[in-house]
Amino acid sequence: MEGTSIIAWMAWTWPTAAFFAFIALCLIAMSVWEVYSPGGAPRHGILGLDTTRGDRLFISLLGSAFIFLAWLGLFGTPLWAPLGISLVYAFVVFRWV
Amino acid sequence: MYKQLNQKAWFLVAPVVALVAFNAIIPLMTVVNFSVQETFGDNVFFWAGVDWFEQVLHSSRFHDALLRQILFTAIILLIEVPLGLIVALAMPRKGPWVSVCLVTMALPLLIPWNVVGAMWNIFALPEIGLMGKGLRSLGFDFNYTRQPLTAWFTVVLMDVWHWTSLVVLLCYAGLVSIPNDYYQAAKIDGASAWSVFRYIQLPKLKRVLTIAILLRFMDSFMIYTEVVVLTGGGPGNSTTFLSIDLVKMALGQFDLGPAAAMSLIYFLIILLLSWLFYTVMTRNEAR
Repeated sequence: MEGTSIIAWMAWTWPTAAFFAFIALCLIAMSVWEVYSPGGAPRHGILGLDTTRGDRLFISLLGSAFIFLAWLGLFGTPLWAPLGISLVYAFVVFRWV
Repeated sequence: MYKQLNQKAWFLVAPVVALVAFNAIIPLMTVVNFSVQETFGDNVFFWAGVDWFEQVLHSSRFHDALLRQILFTAIILLIEVPLGLIVALAMPRKGPWVSVCLVTMALPLLIPWNVVGAMWNIFALPEIGLMGKGLRSLGFDFNYTRQPLTAWFTVVLMDVWHWTSLVVLLCYAGLVSIPNDYYQAAKIDGASAWSVFRYIQLPKLKRVLTIAILLRFMDSFMIYTEVVVLTGGGPGNSTTFLSIDLVKMALGQFDLGPAAAMSLIYFLIILLLSWLFYTVMTRNEAR
């Protein structure tokens, strides 16, 4: 319990821990992907931007955050619909941007 | 494509990673944790889900502070960047005046932010301040403690005085690094002063201007100390920018949950706009 009390001020919850674990897993997966299938050099996408795989992950995560905020501001909960939109958005970004 | 296989150099950035983890990532994680909970102190928390985010997104107080913030940042960028560029172009490149100009320009940057606020507070006071009393004696109805418009005028003027120097110094550094050959070639071609600026100086300054705009954007979007000391966010809420509102909510009212949600939204806005600025300004360079 000593270890728990040291980080008690951080007020961890399972959902927020899962969220950060997901981000960490994304970064690890990107590293593994690059090691096994190199190809992270910049590519010219449909927006006219030169993006690497890392850039596309950043654009996907940042855009998804705004999709969730916009949905929350306009329609409120539940948040399954913005989750679906974010996944489609991330796919589009990784495929064509 | 040739790929560098020796990745040992990555260990050299380990200290930076550790430092960033402690001063940025751990606090950010804590803010995320706070944003989905309610607390009354003593490390006792209650799950609130996304309620605080909804509350902040629907709050007119947040909308007003955000609009004021965007307006303030737009005004100071529109003034400070061109003004800084003009001053840098006008500064001498050789001779004894170079040091004088550089030191004079650096002075405002060396003054602590709360002192800047206190200085301008006294300077602009309508009864005794040099600027305040001077403007009133010229017939202007100037009282920044009571009129929102004059409060804005004073805050903008203070920021321009404090931070234009940064743009000047960055632009000046960019200008002196342009090789003389470019100017000689332009002279041989009979290029006008405008052509030299447009086709030599401005393209060469693009990188430092990007840094200057990004720094000024982020700093002005997070402005707190100077405005709090100068106006306290008033009169009314007329100069209550996002950071001031955030501190009022977090420390004044101890509403840690809504304040955490607001700071995350604030962080995302800064991240998005910084990325947009950087992408737009470096897009042509990458081609």
